[in-house]
Amino acid sequence: MNEQEKMRTRAKELHAAGIIKQVLAWEAGAFPSYPAPAFFTKPNAFEKIVYNEFCTANLSKYVINITEKTLIFLRPCDAHSFAQLVKENQVKRENTYVIAVGCEGCVQVDEGEARDLLESCRTCTKTDYPLFDEEINTQNNPRESTNKAARFAEVTRLDSEENTARYAFWQAHFSQCIRCNACRNICPTCHCKECVMDSDHPLDGQFYHAIRALHQDGRCTDCGQCSRVCPRGIPVHLLNRKLIYTSNK
Amino acid sequence: MSVKIVAFCCNWCSYAGADLAGTSRLNYPAQVKIIRVPCSCRVDVQFILRAFVRGADGVIVCGCHLGDCHYSTGNYHAEGRLTQLFSLLDFMGFERERVHLEWISAAEGAKFAATMDAFVTQVSALGKNERYRNMYTKAGAQNE
Amino acid sequence: MRIGVFVCHCGSNIKATIDAEYIAAQVQQDAKVVHAAEYPYLCAEGGQQKIINAVREYQLTGVVICACSPRMHENTFRKTAAKAGLNPYQIEIANIREQCSWVHKNKDAATGKALKLAKAAIARVKLALPLFAGESAVTKRALVIGGGIAGIQTALDIAEAGFAVDLVESTPSIGGKMAQLDKTFPTLDCAACILTPKMVDAAAHEKITLHTYSEVEEVEGFVGNFTATIRKKARSVDMKKCTGCGACWEKCPSKRIPSEFDCGLANRTAIYTPFAQAVPNVPVIDRATCIKFKNGRCGLCADVCQPAAIDFTQEDAVFTQEYGVIIAATGYQVFSLDAYGEYAYHDSKNVITSLELERLMNAAGPTGGKLQRPSDGKAPKKITFIQCVGSRDITRGKPYCSKICCMYTAKHAIAIKEKYPEAEIEIFYIDVRTPGKGFDEFYRRAVEVYGVRYIKGQVGKIAEMNGILHMQAVDLLENKRFDTTADMVVLAAAIEPSPGAKPLAQMLATPMDTLRFFSEAHPKLRPVESATAGIFLSGVCHGPKDIPETVAQASAAACKAIGVLAKDKLITNPCVAKVNDKKCTGCGRCIDVCPYKAISLESNAAEANPALCQGCGGCASLCPSNAMDLNGFTHKQVLAEVDALCR
Repeated sequence: MNEQEKMRTRAKELHAAGIIKQVLAWEAGAFPSYPAPAFFTKPNAFEKIVYNEFCTANLSKYVINITEKTLIFLRPCDAHSFAQLVKENQVKRENTYVIAVGCEGCVQVDEGEARDLLESCRTCTKTDYPLFDEEINTQNNPRESTNKAARFAEVTRLDSEENTARYAFWQAHFSQCIRCNACRNICPTCHCKECVMDSDHPLDGQFYHAIRALHQDGRCTDCGQCSRVCPRGIPVHLLNRKLIYTSNK
Repeated sequence: MSVKIVAFCCNWCSYAGADLAGTSRLNYPAQVKIIRVPCSCRVDVQFILRAFVRGADGVIVCGCHLGDCHYSTGNYHAEGRLTQLFSLLDFMGFERERVHLEWISAAEGAKFAATMDAFVTQVSALGKNERYRNMYTKAGAQNE
Repeated sequence: MRIGVFVCHCGSNIKATIDAEYIAAQVQQDAKVVHAAEYPYLCAEGGQQKIINAVREYQLTGVVICACSPRMHENTFRKTAAKAGLNPYQIEIANIREQCSWVHKNKDAATGKALKLAKAAIARVKLALPLFAGESAVTKRALVIGGGIAGIQTALDIAEAGFAVDLVESTPSIGGKMAQLDKTFPTLDCAACILTPKMVDAAAHEKITLHTYSEVEEVEGFVGNFTATIRKKARSVDMKKCTGCGACWEKCPSKRIPSEFDCGLANRTAIYTPFAQAVPNVPVIDRATCIKFKNGRCGLCADVCQPAAIDFTQEDAVFTQEYGVIIAATGYQVFSLDAYGEYAYHDSKNVITSLELERLMNAAGPTGGKLQRPSDGKAPKKITFIQCVGSRDITRGKPYCSKICCMYTAKHAIAIKEKYPEAEIEIFYIDVRTPGKGFDEFYRRAVEVYGVRYIKGQVGKIAEMNGILHMQAVDLLENKRFDTTADMVVLAAAIEPSPGAKPLAQMLATPMDTLRFFSEAHPKLRPVESATAGIFLSGVCHGPKDIPETVAQASAAACKAIGVLAKDKLITNPCVAKVNDKKCTGCGRCIDVCPYKAISLESNAAEANPALCQGCGGCASLCPSNAMDLNGFTHKQVLAEVDALCR
């Protein structure tokens, strides 16, 4: 795809025109299949911007409280969480210059090799960008209409089971939870200065996940990052999807 | 085996309804213990889950009838929030019958007593709460 | 912390079921409880004195009272604490009577529960912070928005109590809808005769300042301290010079403008006063229809104006003023009949609304009080009234009953029969609602004395053919469909809030229901206060009502307003929301949930205004950070209570 070239070019042009001071995008990591979010402050670094199917990280949370005018590239999932952060006054829109980029989905990585699309990308239903200043290849957003059903397939499957079966399902997962807090760290809506789970409740496990999901009710944009980063593979995003499903009804 | 019930009651309607049940000398089980809040919307989901992990077997939230809230919109917010909570709890495999939301006015002393009676019966049928108590990881259990 | 626990026997109400001695002994196992005692009647003089003495003797810093419901005696014991030198908010009450001894027969179970409730109260009081009621100043001036009978009555009552009032009205004259009416039910008083003295009083009262042809543009602030920006639209006439002689509108060549006051049944001039008894009796120039303003020619009015009061260069004047209270009195309008095409209202001139009929019957109206068909000027021999057009209709109209129509139609029928005894009148109704004083007697007079025919049923369709109105109708009591004709049909169209009501509600940050009526603070116990402190409601802007109710409510609203204005300082309830601005991320979610718009964002953190906050706690439970909390019911307090009860 030629988005990467267009992104690098546009970054240079905007910087030269004095419109932006820095760029938030992905740069190549130690391995080609692990690019990382990064701030690019000097124009000669813009050549290092990468954009490919391994760029799994959602960039929107990094702009919280940004003070320099920053160019940020947003795919539909990131764009929705970015819009939510603007709505919650966590980022000043005027400090950002948003380029909407087309996305064909990101992939799981296994031993350095690309595998299937991430679950959140397979079930993605987003094609629009709530806030943006320019676009690059946004017509390249193939979303099958079946993705709508796929989005809630796992939720409805669990719903159709017995309550005790669900309990066993979640017990099996949550007994593995080590409270590494990766899900909380990556989540754009978890921007509390002090998490109530650290200050008010010496209680972990399902209590933490239940409260977290409920605190995100109405705010979660279903970006799927929480499950992606869980080292134990706990599908925490299903809790958020269940709440979205219930409130949609 | 006696189940523990916590009832969050709003000051203006359901708590007053509970008082009316008292002045009318109606009876309901002593396992029900009432916590007064200014409005049903004060009931944070953290309070409900905390009650369960501390040993409650059932939690009921009572507020004013929709449209009658002393703070005009409070009970609508409570309803929305608690509907989501109940849906999530059921999804996570906790027994949906251990939680309940009921609208009881200050004039409904009899309804208060009957609601508490029915809820205690419903929760007793499920027995003591084990699943909610297990909302710990090992780390959490040490902090208990 | 040094806590004292007092267990009341309440005679035998508590003692018969609960072992008070046991509780007093058990609670002392908590190291922070330094004193515990029981007493027959804690609320009595002797009991209160015991508490006061104990506070002093044991240097108590917190008090727990196990007794009847806090809804009974919380205030009593708060005062007791204050007398003893404690902060009145460092007491907690355990309800061991209404919610324990009176509802549980088993003594062991009741005593066990009472002990748990006492421990929960102890856990709460350990976390109780001293709370101090705040104070805010009061500007002793009222703003009344809307100059109909409701606004006029409210303004007069507040002025009579000695406070300054600004009465703002968007049309050129005060008077409102009542000025358009002919007679009023159930006494058949002439509306103008009873209204105009009040209008004159309002204009003459030294404490009332009228601002007609004016609109409120912005309101900020809170109870006791509102600031309003008001635009006085340019009349193009100098009010200080004008003598009200009328030479200007007599000479005005622009004569074909449909008169709003006459519901379009007559015309007015471009420079005009809306009606003869207008207050103030100073005309305005309608610049949209004035020839001079449209193309620069004319100016005849200025030529004939002896005091030289015409001023074509006059501009709108905008001013800001401070007020302690604001009263909404924006009244109603008749709703549009566009969705009711079957009644041929737009097709036939002889199908009119009840308000239009008032103008036709009014001696100062377009026909000098002669009832004439608008199409040909002939006197109608048969008049049909159709009730509930748009009211009680969830599909096309309003779900509510407009309340005044049954009575005013009976009034119309009687008034017509008085003037035209041979006229034939039939009224199609669903119900006849006559709840007021003398109302049912009035309606029965229409039937029994004046021979008005009431038909329980509906008209399906009206069509005018050769000047006669043909109708298909249904009589539900006779269970038959039939055809009928009339010379004139009067539709009792639903009334709805004025168009200015919704923008005003948003300016005042006060809630409306989905029908755009202002919401009262409590439907039974607080009908004239809005949910927002300092904003009161007067008249139909709150809900459909007739003139007697409107005047009663207007005075009630004035009374509530005076209750605020008469104070030098307002005491604010200290059990209000408070923000920990170290935790708050400024996300603003609490703002939308507050019914009182008490929360705003200041420097990236939420701030709750203690004068507006009513203490519901919705914001505190919504906040994901627990940054927002509620004094008196803090996170920590409730969690401690939960822990104590569940262990």
